[in-house]
Amino acid sequence: MALPVVAEKWSNSVKELTIGATQAEGGTREKTVTVGGAKCVPFIECDGETGNRPAIAMDVLDYVPNDWPDILRKPIEDVIDEPAKWAKKCVDEFGADLICLKLDSIHPDKGDKSPEEAADTVKSVLEAVNVPLIIWGCELNDKDNQVMPKVSEAAKGEKCLMGYAAQDNYKVITAVCLADGHSIITQAPLDINIGKQVNILVSELGFPLDRIVMFQSTGALGYGIEYTYSIQERERLAALSGDNLMAFPVISNVGFEAWRAKEAKAKDEDVAQWGAQEDRGPMWETITATTLIQSGVDIVRMYHPKAVAAVKKYIDELTS
Amino acid sequence: MALTGLDIFKLLPKTNCKKCGKPTCLAFAMQMAQKKASIDECPDVSEESKSQLGSASAPPIRLVTIGKGDKEVKIGEENVLFRHEEKFYHPTAVAVTIDDDLDDGALNDRLAKINALKFVRVGTEIEIDMVAIINKSGSADKFAAAAKTVSENTALSLILSSSSIDNMAAALAVCSDKKPLIHGVNSTNVDGMAGLAKVDGCPIAVSASTLDELAELSEKVKKDGLEDIVLDYAGSGLKDNLQGLTSIRRAALKKSFRPLGYPTMSFVTNCDDPYQETANASAYLAKYSGIVVVNGIEPWQIMPLLTVRQNIYTDPQKPVQVESKLYEVGQPDENAPLLLTTNFSLTYYSVEGEVEGSRVSSYILPVDTEGTSVLTAYSGDKLNEKVVKKAMEDAKVEDSVKHRKLIIPGLVAIMSAKLKDELGWEILVGPKEASGLSAFLKSNW
Ligand code: SF4
Repeated sequence: MALPVVAEKWSNSVKELTIGATQAEGGTREKTVTVGGAKCVPFIECDGETGNRPAIAMDVLDYVPNDWPDILRKPIEDVIDEPAKWAKKCVDEFGADLICLKLDSIHPDKGDKSPEEAADTVKSVLEAVNVPLIIWGCELNDKDNQVMPKVSEAAKGEKCLMGYAAQDNYKVITAVCLADGHSIITQAPLDINIGKQVNILVSELGFPLDRIVMFQSTGALGYGIEYTYSIQERERLAALSGDNLMAFPVISNVGFEAWRAKEAKAKDEDVAQWGAQEDRGPMWETITATTLIQSGVDIVRMYHPKAVAAVKKYIDELTS
Repeated sequence: MALTGLDIFKLLPKTNCKKCGKPTCLAFAMQMAQKKASIDECPDVSEESKSQLGSASAPPIRLVTIGKGDKEVKIGEENVLFRHEEKFYHPTAVAVTIDDDLDDGALNDRLAKINALKFVRVGTEIEIDMVAIINKSGSADKFAAAAKTVSENTALSLILSSSSIDNMAAALAVCSDKKPLIHGVNSTNVDGMAGLAKVDGCPIAVSASTLDELAELSEKVKKDGLEDIVLDYAGSGLKDNLQGLTSIRRAALKKSFRPLGYPTMSFVTNCDDPYQETANASAYLAKYSGIVVVNGIEPWQIMPLLTVRQNIYTDPQKPVQVESKLYEVGQPDENAPLLLTTNFSLTYYSVEGEVEGSRVSSYILPVDTEGTSVLTAYSGDKLNEKVVKKAMEDAKVEDSVKHRKLIIPGLVAIMSAKLKDELGWEILVGPKEASGLSAFLKSNW
């Protein structure tokens, strides 16, 4: 039977971005990660190329996460107070494509570490692993603005991805990423218009459009994931339809958000009817990630090795 | 996709006789396209045109009902590819398998577990919808026996899956009154299966690994007089299946292609890994499957799947709200902090999550702001001192706390003075983001 042609002809694609630089490119990474490049809605190949496979970044904190449930701490218990070793474990044992170093300890409530100390941490992690780095501030504007310049300088040439530029705080980070050759994350609070606005603000400072990654605040499964899902679908459609200021790879903060959910973090004795946390937690994180990947995420930040393995398998299946 | 005025015009007599009250056939066609006129108003239109127009005005994806009574499942009749464009109307049914080669004890055990797959999330009960009985034994007797046991012991709707016409007939004989979905129909058994579906008035699923074959099968059973058809596209894996499901939805919605204008289903029963099974099932659920069938019956596999459905099928135009009442986090006593927020569920649950994380037992009062977030509510005057006062009175907060201190969101610090006057309470300005609550509570309470 003659079937109608249903392939869509899109006029534009998501931009491609490479994170990390090898020695030849002025850095010290053995591996780089390229994301983006899709010319279709997620994984619908009949429209056009599906682009690079989504990448998994595992979070490494420079502050011992005492509030993490035991099941989350267990896999990294032996390295939890040494970011460099923690990062190495994520790469060597858990198969992280990238490391997202979260500079929690610069927060005044979590140690108020100095810019120099943060820069040292960044250097130690860069030395410990051969994959590219995402560097994420503590999300306090003033402190991030003090720390990021030092951190950026310490990682100069490594083509890191740095986060983030927000509508009310984008100038410092944009300037340092521009100067030191890093890529930048633009953040918006579940708002597609603000998302575009931040991209415009950053680009007006002369930041090149092929070094931007978008971040809409992530909603976990059960806690607003549908908002993130739909915004990301709309962003992808806008990108494909020709909006160059929306045509960027997208990052999602899955681990942190998923493990805030009761369904993941509640202890077995409190929610016996939901099954053992050993699988319940990683599954919640997995499904948060896989669902968002369907809406067009290019980089997922994750926590638990079991969830990382499952999502990896899922990505394999989608891109094989 | 609806017909355009011109499409309709081509089917009219083109005599401009004005009997319909319009000056020309074209004018009439245009009115019809806007649903302002009905074909019955033209006395001269041919029967053939009439039936063509009739089917063209049917929804592009047929609504199919499976089962009977309270737990009947309705799937199909979707209008969009992306939920933000409108909404997804008929939530994917989640089905769990039971093999007919289980012994009685194991079968009853499994059924009991399946019947118990209900969860309360965000104040709503979510549960699975269907049981798929699989004729794994190959025996008609066993299939019929399993169908009988299951149908007598569950309120859930049924799927009968067998490629044997005789076995299907045997199972239908014991449960056709439940209007189960007949599954396992392919090009080799379609005639016989369609015959059974017709006799028993049951919905039928056709299975194929190419869209071509699927469309042919659906046309075939339609010619046999069946309309309640489900398309089971069984491709070569996750990627291919998603592509197939997307193509079916696009063909139906954008090309008005009738042979694929039916709801779909996906069997996710050949994964060796439970994570893979739930992940793939949730992908199909989000990307256009009307039914997903899984093997897993552990709560930690099913609850995330049902939650994906709950989230993806919410109406994107309608903010989800929590009930406006006093919520307890931990075991708050009369000295516990009282936090004010709005009843937009996302706002409420981020506050709740952070308060819980702080381990400071507290009360939270979400004010009814019609499901808007703090700033939106404030700028729309849905969050003002009068509204807060009323919410506090309705929730009888004075019976729950002894102190007279109210923590308000940092984003509306500006309300402090007016609130203080109106309530006579001390107002503490909390952080702007929920993420700051833990630190705030620890240092300020
Ligand atoms: S009654 Fe029918 S044939 Fe006559 S003008 Fe109207 S549409 Fe045309």
